[in-house]
Formats: sequence, structure tokens, C-alpha cells
Amino acid sequence: MKHLLSIAAALAVLAACEREDREFRPSPVATEGEASITLSSISPGVVGLGTPRDIGKAYEENAYHLSEGKRLFNWFNCKGCHANGGGGSGPALMDDSWIYGGEFQNIAQTIREGRPNGMPSFRGKIPDEQIMQIAAYVRSMERQVHQDAAPSRDDDLMPRPSEHRLPTSPPVAGGTVPPSGQAPQ
Amino acid sequence: MLDRRSVLLLLPLILAGCAGWQSVLDPEGPRADLLANLFWVFTAIVAAVWLMTMAVLVLALLRRRAARADPLVLEPEAERSMARAVGAAAALTAAIVVALTLVSYGAQRALFDSHEAELTLLVKGHQWWWEVTYEDAQPSRSFTTANEIHVPVGEPVLLKLRSSDVIHSFWVPSLAGKMDLIPGRENLLIIEATREGVYRGQCAEFCGWQHAHMAMTVVAHSAEDFERWRESQISAAKPPDNPVRKRGMEIFLTRPCVMCHQIRGTPAAGRVAPDLTHFGSRLHLAAGTLANNRGNLAAWIIDPQGIKPGAHMPLVKLGAEEIEPLVSYLEGLR
Amino acid sequence: MSETVLRSPSKEALDTDVKDGELPARLAATWGTAAGLIGALSTVDHKIIGRRYIITGFFFLFLGGLAAVAIRLQLARPDNTLIGPDLYDQIFTMHGTTMMFLFGVPIGEAMAVYLVPLMVGTRNIAFPRLNAFSYYVYLFGGLMIWIAFALNIGPDNGWFSYVPLAGPEFSPGKRADFWAQMVTFTEVSALAVAVEIIITVLKLRAPGMTLDRIPLFVWAMFVNAFLIIFAMPAVMLGSTMLILDRLLDTHFFNQAEGGDPLLWQHLFWFFGHPEVYIIFLPGTAFVSAIVATFARRPVFGYSAVVLSLIATGFLSFGLWVHHMFTTGLPQLGATFFTASSMMIAIPSGIQIFCWIATLWDGKPVYRTPLLFVLGFFFIFVAGGLSGIMLASVPIDTQVHDTYFVVAHFHYVLIGGAVFPLIGAIYYWFPKFTGRMLREGLGRWHFWLALIGFNIAFFPMHISGLRGMPRRVYTYPAEMGWDALNLVSTLGATLFVASFLVFLYNVVVSSRGGEIAGDNPWDASTLEWATTSPPPPHNFDHVPFVTSRELLWAERQTLPVVAGLAVDKREVLVTTTTQALPDLKESSPDPTIWPLISAIVVTAIFIGSIFTPWAVAWGAPVASFVIIAWFWPKSTEENV
Repeated sequence: MKHLLSIAAALAVLAACEREDREFRPSPVATEGEASITLSSISPGVVGLGTPRDIGKAYEENAYHLSEGKRLFNWFNCKGCHANGGGGSGPALMDDSWIYGGEFQNIAQTIREGRPNGMPSFRGKIPDEQIMQIAAYVRSMERQVHQDAAPSRDDDLMPRPSEHRLPTSPPVAGGTVPPSGQAPQ
Repeated sequence: MLDRRSVLLLLPLILAGCAGWQSVLDPEGPRADLLANLFWVFTAIVAAVWLMTMAVLVLALLRRRAARADPLVLEPEAERSMARAVGAAAALTAAIVVALTLVSYGAQRALFDSHEAELTLLVKGHQWWWEVTYEDAQPSRSFTTANEIHVPVGEPVLLKLRSSDVIHSFWVPSLAGKMDLIPGRENLLIIEATREGVYRGQCAEFCGWQHAHMAMTVVAHSAEDFERWRESQISAAKPPDNPVRKRGMEIFLTRPCVMCHQIRGTPAAGRVAPDLTHFGSRLHLAAGTLANNRGNLAAWIIDPQGIKPGAHMPLVKLGAEEIEPLVSYLEGLR
Repeated sequence: MSETVLRSPSKEALDTDVKDGELPARLAATWGTAAGLIGALSTVDHKIIGRRYIITGFFFLFLGGLAAVAIRLQLARPDNTLIGPDLYDQIFTMHGTTMMFLFGVPIGEAMAVYLVPLMVGTRNIAFPRLNAFSYYVYLFGGLMIWIAFALNIGPDNGWFSYVPLAGPEFSPGKRADFWAQMVTFTEVSALAVAVEIIITVLKLRAPGMTLDRIPLFVWAMFVNAFLIIFAMPAVMLGSTMLILDRLLDTHFFNQAEGGDPLLWQHLFWFFGHPEVYIIFLPGTAFVSAIVATFARRPVFGYSAVVLSLIATGFLSFGLWVHHMFTTGLPQLGATFFTASSMMIAIPSGIQIFCWIATLWDGKPVYRTPLLFVLGFFFIFVAGGLSGIMLASVPIDTQVHDTYFVVAHFHYVLIGGAVFPLIGAIYYWFPKFTGRMLREGLGRWHFWLALIGFNIAFFPMHISGLRGMPRRVYTYPAEMGWDALNLVSTLGATLFVASFLVFLYNVVVSSRGGEIAGDNPWDASTLEWATTSPPPPHNFDHVPFVTSRELLWAERQTLPVVAGLAVDKREVLVTTTTQALPDLKESSPDPTIWPLISAIVVTAIFIGSIFTPWAVAWGAPVASFVIIAWFWPKSTEENV
């Protein structure tokens, strides 16, 4: 019993530390190193090579990173095409249909490298740290992150239910055929 | 409210400190003058009240008297005279309170009566810097700068205060009292300097991690100098005049800098960070945190999070050979 | 011996039937606390709970003091990097939150829980089970916020948590939620105690204690309880709105959707200003008691002091806007609040004048409690007067949110509440433990505290005037604030050292202090009429009050009331104004249910930070434990 309690307490400590940590300087793992590796990947939906997969976890479980992602989503005008996640001239982000995969690494790669038919590449324009934050936030729109870390509403007009009240759905690993491939040629 | 022991200890500090550049006690404008005078009037009165109260207390303690056998046997004569004394003290308190209220109200009328000025500035608070827009009837003559306000001497300047995120408070003690910047509201404040000079101000409402490093400078010029400065600010940035700076501009435009900052006359048009069009002419960088010189600028670009942890300027990985041209370019934006 | 005997038709043993020698033991058996852990956790004895309250309050004072030390170390040098902004924001928030919510308010109530029933001459506080519950809720709320802080979930928006900074957009994570919920915790507890104090004072006074014979201490605590009842709901409403905004996406404070960030400030300061008086009024209670005892005469101007206490209570609700003078409110309205803020100086002044008059006419005995009261005059009057300056709108636009304000309210709160409180501990420690605190150490404590305090806080007036804003985690060297801050830090060290002397004194004296006896100071109020420490039933016979200063008036034998049950917990209920014996009411037995209820409420409060369903799932459990708590037992009531 005593052991169980102490283990539970230790876990709570660790979880809380991660969730509430405000890491102002990016960790060395999440540096530009990844960008140079993924440069060669052109196929949709492939997880970046040689990338520690739990980087995504570290971002998705941290309330600070998620809220920074949300701020940057506005600042870098992702809203211009994706609206508040509902989609516009770009695809919706809070549904479960992902053209290029809905895993963290897919989204980070989409932001970094861009995709055909409109998604620009932000390689070199957004530091990798911030790409991770935005990717984590995008995942929170689809309710794929812990709800006690996910951002709540803005002090803003809210034309939609907030991110963390939307229904959850499993992430898509591989991705579907892009709209351009479905259209009659 | 002055207590003597501390005053004695601190006298040298007080004397040494009268030349602050962000001090209520160094008024350099009519409004700050009024406030400082009011402050001294109040201080004199409350200090006198404190001294009198303490004197009576000390007298009460030192007074010679016979011990009472029974604590309940009181002399009616003494009780009556004490009642008179307490009554008189209460009446005096009431009179002082009424007088001070009226004095305060008079000063308040003088301070807040008029909100009219030739020059109108829109000051917007951001976490953790100030955006300043000089408004003009002609849109083309309106321009935006950051963290530095230039005003003509002897002329009231109206500030329209707004916030883009949380509550901040605009405070340049040598020129005027403070006023909050509240999201969804617009507050008005008039500042006026009577002397040419540089005055420092700082955000006074807690606004997050870098509340401590959210300062601004007010530079008061003669009317002609101010016009000259204004003309130079209206113009777009001049193209770089040498290859190093040209290279710096390329770096600026191809790296993350361009996502947030604006430099009029180039494609850089971000509006979420300070406008850098005439950055080189400013006295400070990072919202009054560092003096604007080459070394500080390079340090700031290389490691903003080391200087202002939590600030929104990200750590951008630049090559060693990229820093020099970038700094030269920014320096040249005069 | 004048004696009023209450006859009752029931057959159980009354104290008139018991031989004198046996009475204390039999009453103690009836009112005592069972041995063992369960007994200790079930107790409803106001003295045991009051003692725990006081110790817990001082424990949080210690934690809040440590936070203050960290703040002072960080600010001792310019451009210091000892503590980064993230941790600093948490630390100064914990300091303010702890001192205001976990020390300032509860410690006053704690002293009232212990002393008010004794002073009005009854056997237990009204609603003793609620009293136990309120203590546990307070303890759990305080522990929760400090454990959260230890886990890096400490609140970081200041003790005032202004929106939008504390709102959903700018405070990610759970930090602000823990803060909001902690406020709800402590306010539930404070409200419960306030109700107990009011009812104890209104209905459980000893016969003969008419309104004009109530000790000033009790009057101050009584007015204070009303302040709590009217002020706390505002902040509970505010903290609930905040947590709803953060967790359920409501828009109370979202200006874009018709909410208003200033609404938070109004709600918070509508509580926050009376809060200052909620902390200060217990101070007036302590001063009134100590001045009378050590000046060796009743406090001069009893009615004037009572009326000014009540006036302070009313006026304190009319000046919250002076915290908001720089938010751009209409100027005429602001002037009204200038006037009302200055007006409160009149009742406060009258109290001070009456106490000084008491000292003037009396023959002061300079023991440690009186020294701390003299320190109170020295500091509090200065703080009150700088408050007059802050009440002026124009001056406030300059010094608001600067270290001038920090200096001002530390003068008011430490001078007005902590100095009297420490004096009160020196004064009542013999009653609490049966032993005296050491006089020599007490003098050391006093002089270190007085000098340290002034060195720490006086320079802050000047650094504020020279432009240093509050809540900055560091400042540049060229601002010229470094010397002043260094002096402040040194003074703070001295001030902290004085409390170490105090701690040492308490530890040493509680074991080996001089035995006090019933009434070591020859004081006049009823708590000194019983043994030190008091027996579980407080008084063998409930006293009969014939005078305001009963123990001075009736030096030979104390008139008492007889006729209360011996083998069952019975208290005497009297009429509200005349204090005529009215009813014999049974007082609840010990029970574990308040503790269990407090645990359930804690689980609901903490759970609701993570999911709103905690409230839905917790409600039936809470109902169940409350039903168990109030399950009727077949005890016979006497009328």
C-alpha cells in the first residue's frame, strides 16, 4: 500500500511537472536537426526518419506548448485558410479526415515542408520549436491530447465550440488520397 | 508616516536618489508637477499627524501618576476631560479628512478636465512591448513605431491607450500619473514635458513573465527637432547601402524574422512584433531592456530567451556568419 | 454567592445534585475528547480545534514567510538571476495568497474560535461539528495549494488573479484553476466560522452579559464575522466565474462576447477591501484586550469603540474602487470613493484615540504583550496615514502598483494585524498551555521585529516613489533602486530572525515555561476565570455576569448559574439583548463525519478542476455523508 501510494505520488509529480513546465528555451532534441533529415521525404504520411517519436508527446502533454501553438496559429495566420480549425480554403483540422496523416510527425512535416494545392512550406520561416508547438495545438483541435493540458477558449469571439469539447476520433496514420488525385483527370 | 529611525538610516540614500529618470519626485511636466506638489502637501500633513499622535502616546506612557488600587475606580473629572480630548481629536481628524478630500478633488479636476491635444498617439500594449501609432488626418502621414515615444516640448500629447492581450498600465512618472490599458476599452491620458530630455516609463500592472522588462522611453524635443524626427519616421526604410547590409536584409527576409516584424519598404509585414522600420534610430531594444548598440543587438538576436525569458521572440538558429550582416542591416535602419 | 438555579422537569443529574468535589471530573468526562486517533479526529471541542487552527495558521505564516524571503533574496541585487520569472511569479503569488487567504483571515477566526466561547462564558461554540468541518476544509485547501506549488502547478497571476491574464487564453494549464479553487475552499471555511461566531455571541452568552457588557474583543470578532459573511460571497462568485470561464468556456470576463475584465476587479475588490478590515478587526480585538489589562483600567470610551467598530465594518464596503483608480473609471464616481476611503480614518482614529486615552489614564505595565501593542501604534498609524495618501485619486495615479503601496499595506497589515496577534499570543499563551512565554526572549523578539520591520519596509516607500513598480522579478542596475532593495532585504532578514526567536520561545516555554495559574495578568475577562488550560467543559459552573469587567468587579467569589446537566452536553441559551436564560440546549457529541465530509468536499473541489463531472458524481456522495452527519439520535431535549 505504502509503495503504491509513493509510486502514485511520484507519477503525479512527474505528470504535473511535464504538463505545467514552461520551457522557454527549446530542448536540444527539438532543434533544426530534424529539418535537414526530413528534407528528402516527399511521400505523404511518412513519419520523419530518425526522429524520436516521443518529441510529439512532450509537446502534446505540455499546457504551455499547446497554448503557444494556439497563439502562433493565429499569429502566423493559419486561420486565413483553416479558420479556427473548421477549414476554409484549406482543409478542416478538427475533423478526423487527414489527407497527409494526422499523427504528430505528419502534421509537423506538413507545416515544415508544405503540401501540394496550397499549403506553403514554412521551412526556415518558423523555428522548429514553434512548428512542434503548432502541430501539437492542431492535434488538440481534434481532441487527441490530454484535456487537462489542452487550451481552453480565447478572450475572443467564439463562432464555434471550443477545441476541447469536440468529439474525439482516432488519428489517421497513413493518410488518404489527396483531393487532386480523386478529381477526374 | 515618516518614521524617524528609518529616515535617519536612509537619509544619504534619499539625498543621493533625487536624480532618478523614472521618479515621481522628479516632475518634468505640468501634470507631474501638480502631482508632486499634491504629494508633498499630503506628506507634510500626514507626517504632522503621525508625529502628534506619537507625541501624545509617548506623553501618555511617560506621564507620572499614582497606581490605582482598584482598576474600576475611575475619576469622573478625568473621564470627562479625556472624552473632550478624544472628541476634539476625532473632530480634527474629520476636518483634516474633509480638507484633504477637497484638495484632492481640486487637483483631480485640473488633471482630468481636458482631453484635447494637437498630437494624438495610439499606444497599444502587448506582452511585453509597446506599439505606438502617430495618428494623422492624412493616412499616409500616420506611422507606427515601438517602445519609444517622441513628443514636442511644452505641448500636451493625448495618448489613446489600448491593449491587445492582457491589462497593462502606462506610467512615465516624470510626466504624468499612470493609466491602465484594458482589453476592449480605450483609456485616455495626456502627457506633457516641459524640458527636453529622455524620460523612462514602465508597465505598472502585472502582465506576466516579462512585466519587469516592459519599459518605454519618452524623448522630448524642441518643436523643430520633433518635426524632423516625424518626417524621418513617416518615410519607408531606405534600401541597404552596402553589400553586408544587403546580405543582412536577405537574411532578415528569408528567416523567421519576417514572420513577425514589419519593415516598411520591404516585403516584411508582420504586425505581431515591433515595427523595425527605423530601428537603428532607437535608444533601446527589447522594450527598454538593453541599450541599442551592436553588442546588445547581437546578444538579443542570438539568445532572446536568456535576456527576457518567456518573451515571444523565439530562439532562431542563425549561422555564425549570418549574425554580422543582420546586425549591420538593422543598425542601418535609421 | 448570588445564584440562579434553573429547574428542569427531567430526571437526569444536574450540577446541583453533584457534590462539589466530583463536579469537574464528571463534567470533564462528559465534554472530553476520546483518546486515540479517531477520538482526536472526531473532536468538536472548540479549544482543541481552535488550537489546531492557530497552529495551522502559523504554519502557513511560516510558508508565506519563506516565500517572502525568496522574493527579498531575488530583489536584493539588480539583474539578479537567482529566480527566473516563471518561478518568481509563482512565489510572489503564493506569498500573497498564503498571507491573505491562509493566514490573515483564518488566524483571526482561529483566535475567535478559541477565545470567544470562553469570553462569553459558555461550554462550547455554536455548531461545533461545523467548526470541525471548517477547520478540515481550511487545512485541506491550504495543503492543496502548497502541494500544487511543490509540483510546479503553483498559481502565477498574483493573489488578485486579474483577468484576462488569469483567464483561459493567457494562463495555460491548471495553475489558475488551483488558485480559484483554493479561494473557494478557504471561503467556505471562513463563512462557516463566521456563522458560528455570530450565533455564539448572540445566543450563548452567559446570563447577565447584556449587549453593553460584551467584552470589546468579542464585539470586534462579532463585527468581523459579519464582514466575512458579506464580503466572502463576492470573491466566491468571482472565483467560480473564473473557473467556469476557464473550464466550461463561459464568457463572464471575455469582452469580445459581452463579458468584462473589469467585472472581475469589481467582484474581487468588493471582497478585497473588506478583507483588509477582516484581517485588521481581530487586531483591534487583541489591542482592546491587552490595553485594558496592562493599563490596569477598562478601555476608555466603550460605546465609542463599539460604534466605531461597527462604522468601520459598514464603511469598509464602500471603498473598494480605490484599488481601481487607474482603470479609467468616471472621475466623479472615483471622487466618491476618495471621500469614503478617507472617511474610514475617522472611526479608526477614534479607536486609536480611545486606546491612547486608556494608556494615559492607566498605569502601564510594560510586559511583552503591551510592547507589541505599542509597536502596533507606531507602525499602524504610519500605514493608516499613507493610506490617506493613496485614497486621493491624483496621488494614487502616481503611486498605485508601486512599492509605495507595498510599503503601505505591509505597514497596515503587519502593524495592524501581526503585531497585535503576536502580542495576543504572548498574552493568551498562558491560557492556551498553562505556561508563560519567557519575558526576556519576548523583548528580544519585539525589538528585533520592530527594527527589522521598519528597515525592511520603510525604504519601499522611497523605491516606489522613485519609480519601482510592484511584481517585477528584477530591475536594471541603472535604475538606482539597488541600495534601497538591499536595505530592505537586510531588514527582512532581521524581521525573519525575530520570528525564529519567537519560535524558539514557544518551543522552550511550552515545555519548561513558568507555570501560569488561572489569571497571571490579573485580567478582567471571563476566559481568565477558569483554569489554564481550560478544562473540556470550560467552566465548572457557567458564570453569571454582573459587570463588564467581571473579574475585577467580583474579586471574592464569582456569581454562577447552576442547574445544567452533568452527564450530557448541555449549554445555556440566553436571549439576544438582555442575556436572560432562555433554553437549555444540547450540544453535539463528537463525530467523525465532519472529517469525512471535508474529505469528500475536497475530492469534489479538486476533481472539478479536471472535470466538471466531479460535481455531478460527488453530489450524491456529499449528500450521503451529510445525511450521516445529521442522522437524528434519540436524545431527549430539555426545554
